[in-house]
Amino acid sequence: MSDSKRPQNAGSKSSTTPLPFEQKIQEIEAKIDELRELASSSSIDVGDQLESMERQLEEATARTYSHLSPWEEVGVARHPQRPVASDYIEEMLDDFVELHGDRTFGDDRAMVTGLATMGSRRFMLVGHRKGRTTKERLETNFGCAHPEGYRKAWRKMKLAEKLGLPIVSLINTPGAYPGIGAEERGQAMAIAENIIGMFTLRVPIVVLVIGEGGSGGALGIGIGDRVLMMEHSYYSVISPEGCAAILWKDGSRSADAAEALKLTAKDLTALGVVDEVIPEPLGGAHRRRDETIATVRATLLRHLDELDGRDPDEMIEARRDKFRRIAEIEGRFPSV
Amino acid sequence: MSASKNDKDTSREETEGKGATGASSKSRTEAREAEREGAKKGRLARWRFSKKKDMPGGLWLKCEACSNLIYRKELEEAGRVCPKCQFHFTLPARERLQSLVDPDSFLEMFEDIEALDRLEFIDSVPYSEKIARTVQRTGQKEGLVCGKAQIEGRSVVVAILDFQFMGGSMGEVVGEKISLACDVARRDGLPVVIFTSSGGARMHEGALSLMQMAKTCSALSRLHETGNMSICVMTHPTTGGVTASFASVCDIVLAEPGALIGFAGPRVIAATLKQELPKGFQRAEFLINKGMLDDIVPRDELRDRIARLLDYDLGTHVVRRSKQPATKTDRAASDRSVASGDGTDGPDRGVPNRLREGISEN
Ligand SMILES: [Zn+2]
Repeated sequence: MSDSKRPQNAGSKSSTTPLPFEQKIQEIEAKIDELRELASSSSIDVGDQLESMERQLEEATARTYSHLSPWEEVGVARHPQRPVASDYIEEMLDDFVELHGDRTFGDDRAMVTGLATMGSRRFMLVGHRKGRTTKERLETNFGCAHPEGYRKAWRKMKLAEKLGLPIVSLINTPGAYPGIGAEERGQAMAIAENIIGMFTLRVPIVVLVIGEGGSGGALGIGIGDRVLMMEHSYYSVISPEGCAAILWKDGSRSADAAEALKLTAKDLTALGVVDEVIPEPLGGAHRRRDETIATVRATLLRHLDELDGRDPDEMIEARRDKFRRIAEIEGRFPSV
Repeated sequence: MSASKNDKDTSREETEGKGATGASSKSRTEAREAEREGAKKGRLARWRFSKKKDMPGGLWLKCEACSNLIYRKELEEAGRVCPKCQFHFTLPARERLQSLVDPDSFLEMFEDIEALDRLEFIDSVPYSEKIARTVQRTGQKEGLVCGKAQIEGRSVVVAILDFQFMGGSMGEVVGEKISLACDVARRDGLPVVIFTSSGGARMHEGALSLMQMAKTCSALSRLHETGNMSICVMTHPTTGGVTASFASVCDIVLAEPGALIGFAGPRVIAATLKQELPKGFQRAEFLINKGMLDDIVPRDELRDRIARLLDYDLGTHVVRRSKQPATKTDRAASDRSVASGDGTDGPDRGVPNRLREGISEN
């Protein structure tokens, strides 16, 4: 995709779609825009005023983003201008050769797979694909993969294993697609095969939740030697809306559900589900994309470096141990 | 889905919302009805159902498949198979155990592990309170019963999910016990037999319950390497995170007739697509036609079928005379051995099954 089709928001704060809790930020952003307009169309000096407004903006953003509720975090994770897999592919990688299809049924657009080069590392990239335009969003079912998507990912991961390439998995899905075709073709089986299969792959796997980590659909490409989350991503057993609908028969109580589910990067680190949180720029990844992508690149490279050259048997055993004992309170369960 | 309204509500509340409802399919069931009729009379006599209050309500209940009113006692005596349409009602774990393993052979393991409310999750009541109530009601500490047992004289590790306990939902304890069962099987060189009935992951434990999908698969991947057999029997209903993890990646996957099996629950799919679902969708008969199951086995044949499958576990390529020649294969082999004056398994050592039969015939 060419740059012109991408939302032109990198570095330009005022063009992002506002989230409900960002009202204050948005007001200041609008005033700054007005001032800039004024400055360019007249000879009035707004330098001091602009400086003061920008300081206010910084403070308001810091204030808002340091106290995001879990439900607000979900909002940031789903932000329409938040970088998605395609953005990371285009802006973070030095080379990407896309490989399509599961060679059995089809090519699921909700899963992107291909050979990647980034700095000193080559690897296989697998990731959920969400669209950036309405057309793309429909094509990718809003990031909800079908069984053929999971089987496509599996096929490419097996290729990576054969070629001795590590795997980087980017998670960003509301969940696996709930539909007739998906069930007919074994959605549960495809996800289960991936989960158990990833415990046998003899190459390093780094998993990063970049936006939404929706349940089994996320876990279907979610087993790795490292599991990382972006600061404003979430990872949950069920969507807050789904949880609220079941518990209180009231989808409008999603905020309460988000709170109860402990789905934020911070909470999941405390519980021991994730290894590391990648910090995002002030105001979220959708505000300073370049900065975000640079941080992600450096972090992924660090993990790939650390995992390089490990004995495959030991690595697989360590990976199994990691998930066999995941988030366990020490001594709670017996050993066999 | 359990019969009572209470249980139905419970299942919906406890799980990630992938619980069960929907149309039934009887096509395959009907085709095998006659065959089963004979077997049932002989075998069901062995089943003794406890008089526990696990099906609350009146004397009569409505079959969710054929809508006929059934006398509760009659249903229980029939192994909870609808006498009118053969629909297989969800079986509580203890009843399943009784119908599956040899009398007095069951040695329960890890029965004391209890759930923890690590998220301090508030439902209509706090999760901790919900657990306490469920423990009280079921007399069990969690939703999975596991241990070592014998099935027709064959040593196995069994693990049975209990739908009565928060809809068979998988939280940390259920995931851990499935994994421990796999660990024991691996340590002792035994096959593992798992029965599922579950609405999926247990919402109240958030991502901790999601991680059980990974945990159980980790344990199972280790068991797979030892070569011992893993068998999963999916019973009504098996959905969500249980279907999408250990249940689907056992070596052999069987289902009971009419069982609802899927990833997303039919309600979720119908709501997403805003359309009615095809008849028989997500039922065992639908899945076997799509190639997702090894077989559908009626309840009263399961014990024998599992015993016969276990005969093919790792290291059994040489047919030895079994202590209990209960299966057709064993009986046939044993008969032939006697007929040919061959009372030991010595002379046949190393001869493949098919060849051996040929030799015996000569
Ligand atoms: Zn019936």
